[in-house]
Amino acid sequence: MTRFVAGRIGFYTLIAVLLAFFTIPLLWLATAPFTSDPTYEVRVPDFTFENFQMIIDHPYALWSLVNSLVLSIGTALLVVVLSALAAYALSRVRLPGRDALLYALLLLSSIITGTAAMVPLFQLAIELNLIDSHTGLILILSGGLLPAAIFMIKDFMDSTPKSYEESARVFGASPLQIVAHVVVPLVRPGLATIAVWTVANVWGNFLMPYLLLSDVEKQPAAVIMYTLYTEGGQANLKVLSTFGLLYSIPVVLMYLFVSKKYGFRFHGGIKR
Amino acid sequence: MAQVTSPPDPVKVVDDTTTARRRYSSDAAGLGRLRAGAFVAPALALIAVFLVFPALWVIYLGLMNYRLTGLAAADPQFVGLDNFLQAITDPNFWDSTWLTFQFVLGSAVIGQVVLGFTIAWMLRDWRGPLKRIVEGLVILAWILPSAVVSFLWVALLDRDSGTLNALLGIEGFAWLLDHPMLSIIIFNTWRGTAFSMMLYGAALGNVPPSHLESARLAGASGWQQLRDVVFPHIRGHILTNLLLISLWTFNDFSPFLLTAGGPDGKSEVLAVHVYKTALQSGDLGYGAAISTVILLINLVVAVFYLRLLRSKK
Amino acid sequence: MAAIELRGLTKVYPGGVKALDSLDLNIPDGEFFALLGPSGCGKTTLLRTIAGLETATGGAVVIGDRDVTGIQPGARDIAMVFQDYALFPHMDVTDNIAYPLRIKKVAKAERQRKAAAVGARLGLELLMDRRPGQLSGGQQQRVALARVMATQAQAFLFDEPLSNLDARLRLEARTFLKKLQRELGVTTVFVTHDQAEALAMADRMAVMEAGHIRQIGTPAEVFQRPANTFVASFIGSTPMNLLDAVVRSDTLEVAGCKVPVPASAEGLLVDGEKIVYGVRPEYMSYTAEPADGSLSGDVVIVENLGASHLVTLEVADVLVQAVVPEGREPELGEQGFAVPRRDRALAYRDGELVSA
Repeated sequence: MTRFVAGRIGFYTLIAVLLAFFTIPLLWLATAPFTSDPTYEVRVPDFTFENFQMIIDHPYALWSLVNSLVLSIGTALLVVVLSALAAYALSRVRLPGRDALLYALLLLSSIITGTAAMVPLFQLAIELNLIDSHTGLILILSGGLLPAAIFMIKDFMDSTPKSYEESARVFGASPLQIVAHVVVPLVRPGLATIAVWTVANVWGNFLMPYLLLSDVEKQPAAVIMYTLYTEGGQANLKVLSTFGLLYSIPVVLMYLFVSKKYGFRFHGGIKR
Repeated sequence: MAQVTSPPDPVKVVDDTTTARRRYSSDAAGLGRLRAGAFVAPALALIAVFLVFPALWVIYLGLMNYRLTGLAAADPQFVGLDNFLQAITDPNFWDSTWLTFQFVLGSAVIGQVVLGFTIAWMLRDWRGPLKRIVEGLVILAWILPSAVVSFLWVALLDRDSGTLNALLGIEGFAWLLDHPMLSIIIFNTWRGTAFSMMLYGAALGNVPPSHLESARLAGASGWQQLRDVVFPHIRGHILTNLLLISLWTFNDFSPFLLTAGGPDGKSEVLAVHVYKTALQSGDLGYGAAISTVILLINLVVAVFYLRLLRSKK
Repeated sequence: MAAIELRGLTKVYPGGVKALDSLDLNIPDGEFFALLGPSGCGKTTLLRTIAGLETATGGAVVIGDRDVTGIQPGARDIAMVFQDYALFPHMDVTDNIAYPLRIKKVAKAERQRKAAAVGARLGLELLMDRRPGQLSGGQQQRVALARVMATQAQAFLFDEPLSNLDARLRLEARTFLKKLQRELGVTTVFVTHDQAEALAMADRMAVMEAGHIRQIGTPAEVFQRPANTFVASFIGSTPMNLLDAVVRSDTLEVAGCKVPVPASAEGLLVDGEKIVYGVRPEYMSYTAEPADGSLSGDVVIVENLGASHLVTLEVADVLVQAVVPEGREPELGEQGFAVPRRDRALAYRDGELVSA
């Protein structure tokens, strides 16, 4: 009996320790933005909103969030459109070398990371005059995310019944009509997930914008956040904490959104 | 590129290449090869230019004495394997490699796997809000932007007024300066556990409850159930999980955000080392050589991982 | 309205699998035609080839007077209902039914009017604004039918039209479909693996096996005179008795009993040859009294079929079945005599029917 109780106590102690381990570093983000004179230590906040005012007054804090948005949405659009087209073709048509291509894509996306490619990308960007260009960064980020996106969408399309498309085909619709009328509406949930996944990846990406954007006004929040705490002098904790919070909220919301909608359901046009 | 969410299930793709031919024509919309080619072309073009080409280009750069400034910037010369030889004989390179090894071993192989599995195991029978809270916090650590969590740990570990020192009741203990490797290892463990936790959670859910119950009825303790029923079932998952997160950790740049490789290169993992030599010191050729090494190591791990997946199915 | 003709139609998949082996078939205008067979026999491949979703490797498909073999599915003037109905989930019933007209570039008001008219004909008036997900299986089927009716195509193709319905609904739907086809008079080809369904609905049918057509005929022909042992064993809710027999001048020696030579094979058998004797349980009359030309044995199993019983006799070491009307079922173990009808018994040599 006592062994059982001791076991239970041990179990709950461990849970408490784990909870503490994961919570404590996060607490600062929840308390410091609302504290009028924050330090590195976590303290009970006195619930002030003046820090947020400082963010608004800061020359490039809010603007960097806009940059993050531009980069994220731009990349998401490009990735969704290109990956959907490619994935549909790969799912439905037996192109020569298709299987080898898919394997190669899988390999590439795992091997060619930001770390491995930072040197050539940087040098290429200089040569091609793509430094300080949002467009260039979007293209580069898309290139890195496309292989994985193609898989995920292809996987989704593989499990979409073909009878919808065949039905439309026998009714006389052209292939492009079929894609527009039938395929796109059907894979919308998959496309939405890819869009969110892309945004989440780009939003937090530090290395690429750090490397390729030197103009402060173009830099996204990831770089600005870093700059704020490494720039010389005493770090302005009011700005840092508040900015960090603002910067974090969108990804958290997106994660909640995706986890609620996770799982692709058909709305019954097919009798299972 | 940073991995924020779990990767696509590569097993499905690998499966495709080994599945028997289906019965009916799959070109449901009558796309035809030409149009299909046109659909695939834009994505492939982008991938070729911005992903494949840099990977090949880095090998070329490694063979040149390219620098960011000075004579070599304007007129780089072919130097053959000089950069590679330089790397092999450079103690900094080997130090960095050793640090990276510690980083991967400590935070991925040991840290994330053990912690992720432990949490998944402890929560396996739980349902409801408490489970969601615990999982939610672990996942929060993973999805918050790297720049933010890095600073949260800078704040936590601050020598004078950091929360950790406050809790431990000690003052003036400079974690990031005196124990940089420990700091980044614990940090990365904290950050990455969520992925392993979810993976093992799913794997545990697939262990047939009847097997566990048979063991329990036979008198097996929790530990024995783990050893005799659970591990055999999830053995395959452990290895593939290990490979994947090792690959990610090996390429992780976020130590830079925490310690910038310092103090004095004491936490300069390879990712940071490349950055420093190529982009701060400007020796692009040398940095490219190291990057090539990183690519090759990635290649070996990735191929091994894919082989494993194939053999599992 | 059009007849469908297949000439030497062949379909070989890459890898050498012959799904269709040089098929010839003639379906006259307005006929309700069934393609029946076990799974893998090629019936769905054949349907899809007629539709154009699969390309033929050899031979021709002629619809009306047109050779459509090389023509895209959308241009063959046919309409198809898939097994899962394929109703577009993001469109309501009206838009689903109107879809073929939309492709034909009919103006919106016009096509919605037509869709409403067809929908009303099938009793869908109150459902026109619903999404497919909000409909029952039977309703979905009617929407799918309305959709093909809206095309006013020359021929309809149905892939397993009833298999997605509950068993109860299926029987009602059978009658409904047959009546509808009669009214519309459109040439219709449907695929089914259910022989009872084919017998009930079709005007004529083709029984297929492994890419070949084993018999073409009316339900009566296929039921009463199956052309080979495959068709004989595939057709019929109760399996036909197929028994090894030896010819002895004008009788057959079957499992130690003597039965008369089937009327259809009279004069065509060689003395002493080994053939297969076939007679349906429904064409056997059972008696407890000894009878000439009967198969006799002990009753080992009695199965209740509702208004009749299926009695299994052990004759020598062979099982023979007979259908016995209600009220006349025997006791287990009693000795019974099953007398086959001479005009319904059949003889098979090397699997093929022996007949004039």
